[in-house]
Formats: sequence, C-alpha cells, structure tokens
Amino acid sequence: MTTTFLWTIGILAGLGLLLSLVLFFIAKKFRVEEDPRIDEIEKVMPGANCGGCGFAGCRAFADAAVKAPNLDNHYCPVGGDEVMKKVAGILGFEAQAKAPMVAVVRCNGSCEKRPTTNIYDGVQSCKVKAALYAGDTGCSFGCLGCGDCVAACQFGAISMDPATGLPVVDESKCTACGACVKACPKSVIELRNKGPRGMRVYVSCINKDKGAVARKACKAACIGCLKCTKVCPHEAIVVENNLAYIDFAKCKLCRKCVLECPTGAIHDVNFPKPLPPKAAPAPKPAAAPAVEVKKEESNG
Amino acid sequence: MDKHLVSPNPHIHSAVSTASLMRDVIIALVPAIVVSVLFYGWAELLVLAVSAVSCVLIEWAIAKFLFKDMNLFCPSAATVTGLLLAMNLPVTTPWWIVLIGALFAIGVVKMSFGGIGQNVFNPAIAARVFLLVSFPQQMTNWAAPAGFISSVDAFSGATLLGQVHALGALQADKLVSLQTLFYNIGGSAGEISALALLVGWVYLLVRRVIKPWITLSIFATVALVALVFHLVDPSMYTGPLFNLLSGGLILGACFMATDYVTSPMSDWGGVIYGVGIGFLAMMIRYFGSYPEGVSFAILLMNMTVPLLNRWFHGKKYGRA
Amino acid sequence: MAKLTTFSIGGVHPDDSKIARDCAIEVLPLPPTVYVSMAQHLGAPAKPVVAVGDTVKVGTVLAEPGGFISAFVHSPVSGTVKSIGPRKDIAGNPVTHIEIAVEGDEWEESINRSDKLDTEIPEDTAAILDRIRACGVVGLGGATFPTHVKLNPAGGATAECLIINGAECEPYLTSDYRIMLERSKEIVVGVAIMKKVLGDPRTVIGIEENKPEAITAMDAAVYDLGYHGIEVLPLKKKYPQGGEKQLIDAVMHRQVGSGALPISVGAVVQNVATALAVYEAVQKNKPLISNTLTITGDCLPEEKQHNYLFRIGMPLSFIAEYAGGVPAEAAKLISGGPMMGKAIANLDAATVKGSSSILYLSEAATKRGKESYCIRCGRCADACPMGLEPFLLRRLYKAGDLEGLEKEAAQDCIECGCCLYSCPANIPLLDQIRMAKGQVMGVIRARAAAAKAAAEAAKEQAK
Repeated sequence: MTTTFLWTIGILAGLGLLLSLVLFFIAKKFRVEEDPRIDEIEKVMPGANCGGCGFAGCRAFADAAVKAPNLDNHYCPVGGDEVMKKVAGILGFEAQAKAPMVAVVRCNGSCEKRPTTNIYDGVQSCKVKAALYAGDTGCSFGCLGCGDCVAACQFGAISMDPATGLPVVDESKCTACGACVKACPKSVIELRNKGPRGMRVYVSCINKDKGAVARKACKAACIGCLKCTKVCPHEAIVVENNLAYIDFAKCKLCRKCVLECPTGAIHDVNFPKPLPPKAAPAPKPAAAPAVEVKKEESNG
Repeated sequence: MDKHLVSPNPHIHSAVSTASLMRDVIIALVPAIVVSVLFYGWAELLVLAVSAVSCVLIEWAIAKFLFKDMNLFCPSAATVTGLLLAMNLPVTTPWWIVLIGALFAIGVVKMSFGGIGQNVFNPAIAARVFLLVSFPQQMTNWAAPAGFISSVDAFSGATLLGQVHALGALQADKLVSLQTLFYNIGGSAGEISALALLVGWVYLLVRRVIKPWITLSIFATVALVALVFHLVDPSMYTGPLFNLLSGGLILGACFMATDYVTSPMSDWGGVIYGVGIGFLAMMIRYFGSYPEGVSFAILLMNMTVPLLNRWFHGKKYGRA
Repeated sequence: MAKLTTFSIGGVHPDDSKIARDCAIEVLPLPPTVYVSMAQHLGAPAKPVVAVGDTVKVGTVLAEPGGFISAFVHSPVSGTVKSIGPRKDIAGNPVTHIEIAVEGDEWEESINRSDKLDTEIPEDTAAILDRIRACGVVGLGGATFPTHVKLNPAGGATAECLIINGAECEPYLTSDYRIMLERSKEIVVGVAIMKKVLGDPRTVIGIEENKPEAITAMDAAVYDLGYHGIEVLPLKKKYPQGGEKQLIDAVMHRQVGSGALPISVGAVVQNVATALAVYEAVQKNKPLISNTLTITGDCLPEEKQHNYLFRIGMPLSFIAEYAGGVPAEAAKLISGGPMMGKAIANLDAATVKGSSSILYLSEAATKRGKESYCIRCGRCADACPMGLEPFLLRRLYKAGDLEGLEKEAAQDCIECGCCLYSCPANIPLLDQIRMAKGQVMGVIRARAAAAKAAAEAAKEQAK
C-alpha cells in the first residue's frame, strides 16, 4: 500500500520536474530578443488591433514605429494626438498633430426618397450585391444597404437605421480607422475632417448621373445644378461629373449652400442652432436637418 | 409581382432540404421501429415517443431561450436523434432515464457545441454511452415483456453478445442462424431485426441520402478481424457472422456512423473512418469488459473526423 | 446500346423543363429603335466608328475592336444613328450604346441573303479567319469569347480535337436545340469550316441524350453532306455538360489544368450557334447581327412560349411585349438559363450577341429558401464539377484565408451553381465563393505581374 503510494508520488513528481526542464530549455532556446520599447509602445496603444494605421495590429505598429526613422508615416487614428504624443515620447521624436477625422456617409437616399425597383434575393453582402448589379434602386451609385460597413467596424460605431435603410455613424465611437471606407464597394463612406466642435457641411450624395436621371432615381440626389457653387462665398464647392463636393479646407461653415440645395443633399451637422425650415413648401428636404438634430442628441 | 427578384445564379434549387433528408432517415427507421414494437409491444412505443418528443422539445427550448436563434431548431433532426437514442435503449428503461438521455444528447452533446452541424460526437450514441455508465443496472436489464408476436418466447436474460461471457464463444456462435437475420432475441429495439435495418439502409442509398462507403468498410473490417481471430482460436473468439449480426453493429454502421455531422466529408476519409470503427468495435468486443463496443468505437472515431477532413479531399479537376 | 459518356467529376440533375422544344423559330419584327451595346463580348469594349446623324444599313460596321481580345459590332438594322452614350444594361450598370432609329430594312450589298445552302468552303484559311473576325463572330455558348482568337491558337499549338457543344445542358433553354433541328446542314458546314481552319482535327458534336431528334438531325446532316471525320456523340444528361472543361473531359477524357486553356490538352470547344454564325459569316458574308432566343418559363402558358430569331440591340422589353407581356406570376426574369443566367434588373436593356433567353420563373421555383446551418452533408462537394469543396471554401472566405483559398483551388471555380443548387440548407455558397475567387485571382495576377517585373529587372541588370 505504502509503496504504491510512494511510487505514484515519485513518478508524478519526476515527470513534472522533467517536463518543466524541457519547457525551460525550449523557452531559453527560442527566446526572441526584442526592443523593449515595442512593449512600452504597445502598452500606450488603444489595443483595438483595427488596422486603421495600415499595420496588422497594435504590436505590428509598435514594431514598425521603433524601426522607422521618424513618425511621418505612422499615425494611430484611433488613439489620435494623445497616444501619438506618448509614442513620440517613448521614441524621442516630435509628435505631429493631425486633425481628427470621422467617417461620413455620403448617401441620403432613404427608403422613402429612393424607392426600390427590384427585390434583392442574394446573400446579404454589399460586396456580392455590387458585383452582381447596380442595386435594388434606380441609383447605381448610392448605398446598397447590406451593412458591410457595420460588420467591418470594430468599434460598434456604425449601425443600420431600419427607417432609412442607411448606415448611421456614431461620432462618439468612430475612430476614423477607415475600415468602413475599405469595406464599402460603392465608396459611399468618406473620412472627413471632424471640424470645429464637430461642425461640418458636406454633400451627402455621390450620384454622378445627369440631373434628371439622378432625380428620377432619388429625390435626395445631388443633381449637379450648380446653385451651391454660385451661392458659396468661399469657392469651396466644385461640381464635377454632375456632382458637388465641398472642400473642407475652404468651407467656412456659413451654411448658405445648405439652404440653397433644392434636394437637401447638402447636410450640416452638430451646429448648435439648426437652420430655419425652408420657406418653400417642400416637406421632404426639410426632413433632412431633423435627422441630423437627432444624431446630435445621441452624441451628447 | 410588379417588382422582380434579382440574385446571383443559380436561380433554381433542388428539392432536397435539411428537413427532407432527415425525413428520409426517419422513413428508413420505420421498418426497424415496426419490428421492435411488434416484438416488445406498447412499452417500446413509449420509449420511442418519450425520447423523440423530449429531444424535439429540448432543442426547441434551447434554441428559443438560450441561443435566441430559431434557425438552430430543426425538429426533424431532433426526431432522428430521439429515435436513434430510443433504439439503443432496453425496452424496460424507465421514462425518466430516457429523458435524461435526451437532455444529454441534445443539451450537452449537440447544443453546447453550437447546435446543428457543429457537434463533434453523435448525440444519440454519446447519450447512450452516458446512460450506460451512469445507470449500468437499468441499461443492461434486457428482461423483455411479451410483444404482439406470441410465438416468440419472452426471453429474459442477456443479449446475444452478453451470451459470449455467459456461454463462451463456441456456444454463442451457434446461437446465430438465418433466423437472426429476421429477428433477434433480446436486446434493444435497434438490435432486433438486421433485415429491417438493412431495408432502411438500402432506402437511404436509393434516395441518395448517404453513400455506402462508411457502412461497407465497417462491415468488411468487422468480418475480416473476426475471421482472423476466429481461425486462430474458435473457442475464444466468435466468428464473422456472429459479429455482423449481433449487437448494435448494423444499427451503428447504417445509421449512426453515417451521421453527416460527425462523419468525414470525403469518400476515402469515410473508408478510413469505417475501418477504424470496425477495428475498435472488434477489439472492445474481444478484449474489453463491455460486451458491446460499437458505440465506443464510433465515439472514438468521431474525434478523428476533423483530421480525416483535413487529410482527405475529393479529386479536383485537372490537378494531380 | 453503348454506355453514354459524360464528365467524370460531380454534376447535378435538374429537371429538364424544355417546354419550348416544339416551338419553331419565328422571326421577330423590327422595333422603332435599337440600342447596340459596345460590350457584347469578352474583352475590351468596341470603339464606335460612326457619328450621330450617320445613316447605316444592316451590316454596316458600327464599332471596331478595342483591343486584341475584342470584336467588331455591326448595325442590325438600317436607319439613322440617334445618339452614342451610356445606357443601362441588364444589370442596371451604364454601358456605351449606339442608338439607331429604324428606317426600312436595307442591307449592305456585300451580304448574300439567299437561303441556298453553300457548301463550297474557301481554300485560304487566313481569309476564313479574317472573314470570321470582320463579321464580329463571338462564342455564343455563354462566354462570348471572340471566335477568331480561339480558332487561331497562340504559339503554334495544334488542335487535336474540335468539340462542338450541342449539349444545351441548362434547363428550359431550347434555342440550340431548335437550330440543330432547323438549320442542321448550315451548322455542319460551319463545323467543317472551323475544322479546316484548325488543320483538320478529329471533330465531335456532343449532344445530350434528352435531344434524340437533334442527334438524328445532325447525324443525317453530316451523312447527307458526306463529310468525314465529323462524329455526332450522344452524351449522358448531366449539368454542366456544356461547361468547356466538362465537355473536354466527357469527349476526350482529358482534364485542362488549373488556369490553362483548352488548347493545352489539344481541344477547341465551339458552340453550335457559333458554328451557324461562322457559316453565315464565311459563306454568306453576313455579320453576327442576329441570334436565336427562347421565351420560356414555368409560369408561362405553353402557347406563349416561343423561339425567336432576334436582331441584336432590340430591347428585351420589346420582345417580351411582342410575346404577350411579362406574366403576372413571374417572380424573376432571367437572361440565360436558370443555372448560370443573369437575373434581369432592367428589362429595358438591349439584347446582345450572346442573349439566349428571357426566362420567367415563378416565386415557388426561384425564390431562395431561408438559409440555415451547414449539416456537413457534403452534397456541395459531390455536386462540384471541378471537385472543389464549396463548404470549405466558404469557411476559408469568411475567415479571410487567401492562402488557404488558393490551396483549395477557389480560383478553379466555374460558377456553374451546382453547389448552391444542391445545398439542403440554402447556404449562399456560390455568392461567397465567387468573391473568394475574385480575391484569389487578384493575388495570382499580382504575383504574376511582380514576377514579370522582377524578371525584367534581372534582364536589365544582366545587360
């Protein structure tokens, strides 16, 4: 009895010792010498491994940053200036401040403004849908509504609004990593300068069809009518291929274009005072600012 | 319709669905079920009903309340599991043990791995083994109540395989005759009629629900192993015919080992899998302390399926 | 009866549904306007050579090839060019079209419009090839690959076997069947022309067993014309028999390697409709401006089913209207067969050289079932004619494993639809595998380009 007992203890203890020795030598032999600063940088990183910086993850970024001669090509959009200051501190570089960006959905063709012309019956994937055909509405440019951007966002910042069928970006969660921009096969989403106190004006449409065609497909489409370019005092708006684009650097946020746009395709967000409703009896374009107000509330 | 559908090709679909496949398996089990009910009477029907109904209800409840995904609820697949479980149990099994078996099969073996298509082990067999080790007394009580066929003596005692330990191999071998093919003495519902099970298996083959390779390789391996051992020492080891026709081998080979989820995808993988089951089953029968080894053999080989899927692939067009 | 041959891997057996098989080919009237697409073939779009306001006749060249793999486009009608610009194709995507207002039906003089069978094959093969190219003939079996390129194998490769595809393995479609019955002799002369161009290889016309009348008609035509070395081979019915790689396997028992062309195993495959187009181009100097199309579907009454001879550029909606309108029960409109055809998102789109049908499917026949979970039954792998494992490819695609996808040969997928057709859980296998294939092809192409660049750089250094 006692011998069995002792044998058992002896064999198990011996086995444990042997295996721990094996592990010890393996750990010693395969040890990789690393720059200790990589660990330090990784600690200050957000740790989301989103790939927004262009590297595979936070550790890959840290590894690349340590080897880089300067930080010009290394910027963590998620951590922003704050994290980059720390990273620069560890490496002894000057930190370069960058303006914060945010993902902006440039389509406002909601279900009611952009009626469907057929029923999509394939897999729920924008990529598959875009490869197949122009989409289930008359507009061949806008949002396909299958939510590839929602799936791509690692921060839970994008959700589909069931009422409009369009994605909504939660600005408080968006880190401007650009994953949604890459995921969208129609290039509907753009990374845009966040603007002072989040205020910005942008064209929420990418339809390049001629005015009449665009309007037929979607009541909220940019029809390239040039009214905004004429009213803009800062020459910030360019119309190319029947589509207006507002240059953030030139825009002074006067919002004259927002009032002028006949289809409500130009959006203004996060302004403390919403614009007065338009005098013209057009109920649908007036609905657009109302949506934005709601968005603002959710941010607060 | 004023708006038409648009989707990538193909635009038509075969009539086969998960539910129709499972329905075919149920139909294939009908001959064996009818024989067992004729043999054991209403008591057998009760075991079958309790098992099938509780499997369906448990799967429904877990899909609805735990996963909140009704796509995971496949009543026909749960029924198949329930029927197979019941066919592996003695007719005398109390209803609460059947219920525990159903709970283990669906709740633990199937749903905790992620539900339909995700389980590593065959739920019915895992539950049967679970019950066997948990309730050895009740699970080996083969006392048989009289059924609808009065000419068959109510046999109270062990199954054919049980007789090997009781009578020795030589005597046990003599118990097997042509009659065994049609009905068997003692045992669970799935052990009674080899012929009824084979009829069901042929139905599955004709309907192209399963392929024959797994089953055939099990049969061939069992026959070969038994033949070799039997020739070496007939007094110790029972012969091929006895081993093919006794115990749960036919049920296991035709219906349990061919379960889609827990068997290899490729034909060659299936052959290796079948050889493994046949060999392990025979080793357990000859050298194990349990008289029956098919269940354990299938569970052990279930574990090799991911590897077999990785190693064996079908032939690709234009590639060596 | 001898055992029928077929391809060796996978395949499915969808219901035949050739409801329109007994409808003789009718000639469609001309619409007021036609829209001729510049992208009717595989390869670079054609470049318009006419201007707005030009008057054209039937057969006038509208556009010339935009690259090596490209084709001429001819006017299908006589009239005036109204506009040249983007117009939506059947997928709703803008493609350059030439709009022509139809005036009368005046043909170019060079075209021989007589119906008389002309069996005198020109001697000069270069001239034949040139005629085929000048007439804008493309493969009409689905891929619309320019025929003259295929008949002129690059690098001096020789064809051992010319395979003529009369399989028409897609359910519902009957246009190839009808031309094999009604124009068998012209097809056989077309086949003989291609045989001559390729240097007189063994020639096989493969027809599925479910079309015994076509087999008889083609056999009789070959016999009557007294050609040697053209064999009509009945094939066992199985989809996708008409797939190029599958047909080569069925007829020659050889398999084309991954990424290789059929000529690498000595095969050239052409469709029966292409053979007819070749006949018309070479013997009658008639460019490819018309083709046969089937109006069919499970929700279309039998008396409304038709086989039509259409001119390219006719809007699909015009043909549908002429045939009695879109049935109310139609849930999906398809151009092509139900397995590989394209769903029509825009019925106003114009017909192209490769149009083969307007197929109306009811909701019961075509609506996709609810997707559920994979039960690992392996039916997709059994069905795949390329021997791939669709369930595995889908899993690798979802995991983003491009290396694994390439190893498991996602790039070999021919998009025949067998996997999704046979999946009991209605998993959209092909939808996702097509994406995976695209990604892997991208990787392969990038690698090839990089290798080429590296080789050139090395050459530079060597100098």
